[in-house]
Amino acid sequence: MRPLRLLGLFGLSLSLLTAPVLSQAAEEVNLYSARIEALIKPMLDRFTDQTGIQVNLVTGDADELLSRLKNEGRNSPADLLVTTDAGRLYRAKEAGLVQPIESDVLNERIPAAYRDPEGYWFGLSLRARPIMYVKGKVDPASLSTYEDLADPRWDNQICIRSSGNIYNQSLVASMIAANGVDTTEAWAKGLVSNFAQPPRGGDRDQIKAAAAGQCSLAIANTYYLAGMINSDDATEQEAAAKMGVFWPNQDDRGTHVNVSGAAVTKAAKNRDNAIKLIEFLTSAEAQEWYAQVNGEYPVVEGIASSDLLQQWGEFKADPLNMGVLGENNSEALKLMDRAGWQ
Amino acid sequence: MTRLLPLSKFQSLVLFSALLLAMPVVVVLSFVFVPSGEVWAHLASTVLSDYITNSLLLMLGVSIGTLLLGVSTAWLTTMCRYPGRGIFEWALLLPMAMPAYIIAYTYTGMLDFAGPVQTLFRDITGLGFGDYWFPQIRSLNGAVLMLTLVLYPYVYLLSRAAFLNQSLCVLDVSRTLGNGPWRTFFSVALPLARPAIIAGLSLALMETLADYGTVQYFGVSTFTTGIFRTWFGMGSAAAAAQLAAGLMVFVFALIVLERYSRRRARYHHTSRRHQDLRRHHLTGGKAWLAFLFSFSVLLFGFLLPAGQLLSWTVSVADEVIDARFLQMLLNSLQLATLAAGLALVLALLMAYGQRLYPGKAIRYAVRVAAMGYAVPGAVIAVGVMIPFAWFDNTLDSWTRETFDYSTGLILSGTLVAVLFAYLCRFLAVALQTVESGLGRITPSMDEAGRSFGYRPLTMLRSVHIPMLQGSLLTALLLVFVDVLKELPATLILRPFNFNTLAVRAYELASDERLAEAAPAALAIVVAGIVPVILLSRTITRSRQTASHLNDATAQDT
Repeated sequence: MRPLRLLGLFGLSLSLLTAPVLSQAAEEVNLYSARIEALIKPMLDRFTDQTGIQVNLVTGDADELLSRLKNEGRNSPADLLVTTDAGRLYRAKEAGLVQPIESDVLNERIPAAYRDPEGYWFGLSLRARPIMYVKGKVDPASLSTYEDLADPRWDNQICIRSSGNIYNQSLVASMIAANGVDTTEAWAKGLVSNFAQPPRGGDRDQIKAAAAGQCSLAIANTYYLAGMINSDDATEQEAAAKMGVFWPNQDDRGTHVNVSGAAVTKAAKNRDNAIKLIEFLTSAEAQEWYAQVNGEYPVVEGIASSDLLQQWGEFKADPLNMGVLGENNSEALKLMDRAGWQ
Repeated sequence: MTRLLPLSKFQSLVLFSALLLAMPVVVVLSFVFVPSGEVWAHLASTVLSDYITNSLLLMLGVSIGTLLLGVSTAWLTTMCRYPGRGIFEWALLLPMAMPAYIIAYTYTGMLDFAGPVQTLFRDITGLGFGDYWFPQIRSLNGAVLMLTLVLYPYVYLLSRAAFLNQSLCVLDVSRTLGNGPWRTFFSVALPLARPAIIAGLSLALMETLADYGTVQYFGVSTFTTGIFRTWFGMGSAAAAAQLAAGLMVFVFALIVLERYSRRRARYHHTSRRHQDLRRHHLTGGKAWLAFLFSFSVLLFGFLLPAGQLLSWTVSVADEVIDARFLQMLLNSLQLATLAAGLALVLALLMAYGQRLYPGKAIRYAVRVAAMGYAVPGAVIAVGVMIPFAWFDNTLDSWTRETFDYSTGLILSGTLVAVLFAYLCRFLAVALQTVESGLGRITPSMDEAGRSFGYRPLTMLRSVHIPMLQGSLLTALLLVFVDVLKELPATLILRPFNFNTLAVRAYELASDERLAEAAPAALAIVVAGIVPVILLSRTITRSRQTASHLNDATAQDT
């Protein structure tokens, strides 16, 4: 084919691509989600079935979605932002990308610690980060707090992923809130010297390494353990079966939790539908679904979590407002750099 | 005729497209001038030296690895006869279809302490943790290995094309001078193929610098992971841009190195004799060694990881493969085709522009445009997002004020933005290939064309393009395969409800659901196999084409 004709063909295809991307459905809501498609689409489909409101979805990494929102400014098509941690919700609020909403339903369902005091964002599910131990190798009675993990007796026994991970950043942010920067830095140094291996891989990898005997304690979010127990892969199931869950800091502030959450964007054109969607995601149906499918704890009190989660017992969660995790995030990261936490 | 600028229309076109494609890189680098204050001081006092050391070691390791694997296999399959050669010829390109982070996940699954290999070893020997030494896959060395396995095909591809195109006369002369095959290889073939080998190597190294998935998963702190941490974790775009600028220094060094290695030498073939190759017939032990070597490269680079993906796919296929999956496949193919075609046209334009007008302005603009290849996709994506959104919003504000009408976002969040990001990112791949092809056409062809009074585009169409067919197809297919694998730009720039295979594979893999991610990853690999095989055939045929064309032009002139 002649190059010029080729060029013409590309021009034509390009013009097709720029055709309006969004069909103007009567009722719709546009969602930017840091939750992966597999863990949100089924609930969005249920929402559409029940309300007739069409949900348009883009998924991506939270920080990049925030960049996109920011650059698109007042013309952004997004009505709703969903993230998998509180730190990013805080960043969205600080950057002026989201707006406060008043919803009695949400205020009533969601405990105050798990939503923004001014109504800028709302938690949708809880993600707990306890200590996991190898059954038979560690006596759970010897465990007590996160702080204790810096004790030299745990030398070479701890597996945890890198400091680049937001859940570790949030954990350290919560400790800064509880103990201050200097104490936390000293703690982080002690913890790092107890690492059984340089941090690498994800949470599941820490659990597997512990189960295989490389370390005796792993710090990981519970839904990863739940995912391994429900896995099709026999080796993952075996590894998970060796692990017990210990809820640290039960005698003081409680175990560190993070939330996945949602916020209505400042540019929202379908504000009411966005609020309806958040309300739907805190309904009993959606809350139970997250517990069943992804092993996350319901943010709404009084909703039964799954059988699997109940097996690990009740726990007291750190009542720190989630916004503080965002506030302390940058300090936490620098502190971990200084402590040599890769 | 008087002109406002001392540039022809063609020159302006080349310059304009190069500047347009350079925009994202320039946008990101412009943050350098925003003061970052204590964040930079913090980086410098804590992690910066790690970033530099690790990035350098990674590049060094990948250079050694890809050169060893790429050049040796290229020489073997081109110049020697041994069992399986015909299959290795194309099969050795297959690892190229494998995204680096996917191969990293599969090998970790296999080789980690908790993986089947070590578990089996412990079951057999009865040893426990700490009783034996086993190489740690998630380490700097592991990252070097993973990247080498998926990137050596660039070196293989380009050096093979160069070996194939070497005039036999030169090799014959070497042999009549009494040089054995080894000596001929080191003193004649290798130096002659150097531009192509270095071009392949610089592609591999730029991919290495841009890699995020592998090093992040392996816990190796490099410039790339540092950029992400600083930008997002510490919220400092300025310090992140300063790190990105540091990355650019490496890239510039690479480019300068490549140029320097070619400084005086011009490798045009003047001989028109390209008879059929007479391959060394390897026998006995040598033949088996050659076979074993080629086979191990293929085994570790492709068969093992693809096998692992296949076994995961089988275990989850019924839940995962549905109508939406097919739609994703179509989306991926459509985007890859469009991007490859556009990249080819632009690369040809720029390479040819430089040949016609060897001025500094065009040369630098083209170099900057090609730097996008070494920049992590997510950084390019942000570099595309900022100017596009600015354009949309400025236009919107203007129409709101003037006509009381909102145009909204015209380019942001469309596939145009996605395609543009692909072009910025992968132009270098097409450009390198086209340039090295163009470099092999002797300038006397241009002179001959000019003496006929051909204008630049006519000459391009009737002289160069026919002679470049092989290189052009190579460029097309390379970009196609790269776009199939591309992730971060697609993820962040795509429109609503639009998914590709890479997005699906990454989402599940990043949520540590490796088995569920496998079908999409395998589909990327399979979709990449067809172009890869085509690629290999093109190159084999380029030898015949070249000799045919050379004969034809010999008669014409």
